[in-house]
Amino acid sequence: MSTVTSRWAPPGPLREWFGRHQSISITLLTMIAAGVLPFIALVPPFSSFGTQRDWVDGFANAGVYMLLALGLNVVVGFAGLLDLGYAAFFAIGAYTYAFGASPFSGLHLPFWFMLAMGALVAAMFGLLLGAPTLRLRGDYLAIVTLGFGEIVPIVFLNADNYTNGTNGIGGVYTPTLLDYTYRVGDPWPYYVTMAVILAAVMILLYRLQDSRLGRAWAALREDELAAASMGINTVTTKLLAFAIGATTSGFAGVFLASKLTLVSPTQFGFVVSFTVLAMVVLGGMGNIWGVAAGAFIIYEVQTQGLKQLNQVLQPLNLPVVSGIDWIQYQYLLYGLVLVFMMLIRPEGLFPSRRRRAELHEAGVEAAIPEVAAE
Amino acid sequence: MDVSLLVQQTVNALTIGAIYALIALGYTMVYGIIELINFAHGDVFMVGSFVTYWLLVTLGFTGVISDPIQLAGVLALTFLVSMVVMGTVGVLIERFAYRPLRHAPRLAPLITAIGVSFILQNVVQVIWGPSPVNVPQIFDVQASFGFLGAHVKYLSLFIVLLAAFLMIALQLFVTRTNLGRAMRSTSQDREAAQLMGVDINTTIALTFFIGAALAGAAGVVQGLYFGTTFFIVGFQAGLKAFTAAVLGGIGNTTGAALGGFVIGFIEVFSTQAGYSRWSEAVVFTILILVLVFRPTGILGQPTAERA
Repeated sequence: MSTVTSRWAPPGPLREWFGRHQSISITLLTMIAAGVLPFIALVPPFSSFGTQRDWVDGFANAGVYMLLALGLNVVVGFAGLLDLGYAAFFAIGAYTYAFGASPFSGLHLPFWFMLAMGALVAAMFGLLLGAPTLRLRGDYLAIVTLGFGEIVPIVFLNADNYTNGTNGIGGVYTPTLLDYTYRVGDPWPYYVTMAVILAAVMILLYRLQDSRLGRAWAALREDELAAASMGINTVTTKLLAFAIGATTSGFAGVFLASKLTLVSPTQFGFVVSFTVLAMVVLGGMGNIWGVAAGAFIIYEVQTQGLKQLNQVLQPLNLPVVSGIDWIQYQYLLYGLVLVFMMLIRPEGLFPSRRRRAELHEAGVEAAIPEVAAE
Repeated sequence: MDVSLLVQQTVNALTIGAIYALIALGYTMVYGIIELINFAHGDVFMVGSFVTYWLLVTLGFTGVISDPIQLAGVLALTFLVSMVVMGTVGVLIERFAYRPLRHAPRLAPLITAIGVSFILQNVVQVIWGPSPVNVPQIFDVQASFGFLGAHVKYLSLFIVLLAAFLMIALQLFVTRTNLGRAMRSTSQDREAAQLMGVDINTTIALTFFIGAALAGAAGVVQGLYFGTTFFIVGFQAGLKAFTAAVLGGIGNTTGAALGGFVIGFIEVFSTQAGYSRWSEAVVFTILILVLVFRPTGILGQPTAERA
């Protein structure tokens, strides 16, 4: 199946080759993107906003959100389940690393081992939450996950004997690769590590999307009843979506904890789940490159765009526009993104072809009330 | 626990429960008619409390109004303004964010609902700032009378009676009027109701108006009782009220009222038992357990499809 991955290549044998060797083409594209980005920071408009190091640091943080968006995309985009407590798995991943490698716990397990552990623990909690709740219908599931997303930070906040409560766990150890230890002020190693993790996750997700499981997700999303009658085990299939979706946020959590060297319950509130949802919706539910791009765009707008908008508009002394502090309007912006994308372009900026067909098919059905009834 | 404490906490629970019940009614009515969890509903309540704040400050009130006639007049005006404004907001939300998506996949209106919720929060945050504001408490919070050794606030009595009045009025409206019958028929079978001459769009808009107006009333109560409000207050309250609606059986107005009071009791008595930090976690755990084991709630109709 030829996918977006190969579309950049000119038609002909080259495109065909890349279409067939997705893993190689994803690796290549990620390498190119990761190689080009730091240089963009040196180009005039961008170079005036911050040093190259600041930009690279920002890109590494953006990578955390890209991982989150990729994971949520498995749940929302592939399987069509709305998860509003996704930040909980992020928190679980981060705390797993803090428990495994910080003075607070007295342990210092290697980062790479903990990366796998964080993902594993997050996936286990995905299963734990999913097992009893996945029989629920879509909107009930959304509210249960929302409740779960609220409970997890409360537990981390209140179980202070184990989590150090509000203060969180500080002094988390940075990763070590062979003899080299990552330093907090130096974003480059983190940036490269993130690029590698992202490439690996994207390869995994592309393989999954076209696998038997990926097709089962699509079938389930399009018509659960039909999928079940065709012999798809709906519960296992949904559970796997939850677990695999949680895995990447486990990676994201471990990475963030090792980069900030601090975890605290306030980092994982509902706004995180909400922001990631906005990223997935903006990018295009179901499209792997799309949601990664959506996450990158929203993250950069949030951290750089709004700030620069202030800087550009304030000196102009325009009425109204110059007086506004645009950073304040961040969540309004996300809210509008969610509403307008759903109303105008539900398939997102970078649609998955299949999802677009589904979402627009519904519009056709609207003309026939009998079909639309359920 | 002695009797006076028990009575005291029961009164507190009923008062808080009344707020949750009023909000829960909006969730349950909207869900009953278009099967949508209106995530923005908690924030409608929050905006209602800010409308109260704005109105009272604009009118120049800062503290307790001692003249009973003036107090009654101001209270009536506050409730009227908050309920009408929020009802209108509710209708607008339905018109622009939900109606265009009525036939879209179920995920779509849920996502816009979350979007609307954040829009409301952010707008309030920009207008009134991110820190809590003090709502003038025009009704004397301290005034109370003795009852079985407990101090029962007149305000609590007023709130519970008002909530009861609104609920009975709603019940009569839904069961005894033509518009109420239109609402019930629309929630049972939208196409059939339409064939029988019910104007579906008006009926759904009316449902949103009533639900949001009740949340507006709850917003006034929030201001009167707690004397403070906050742009984030709608999220937690909304989630608890939703739990109440689910607990009582979603789509069932009596159930929602009952669920609201149950949540009020759970919250007050878990705080009394020294677990105030955990009361929220307890409420959400109940929500999850009810949804998993008895998704039809206490009073809900068992329909296989709901589960």
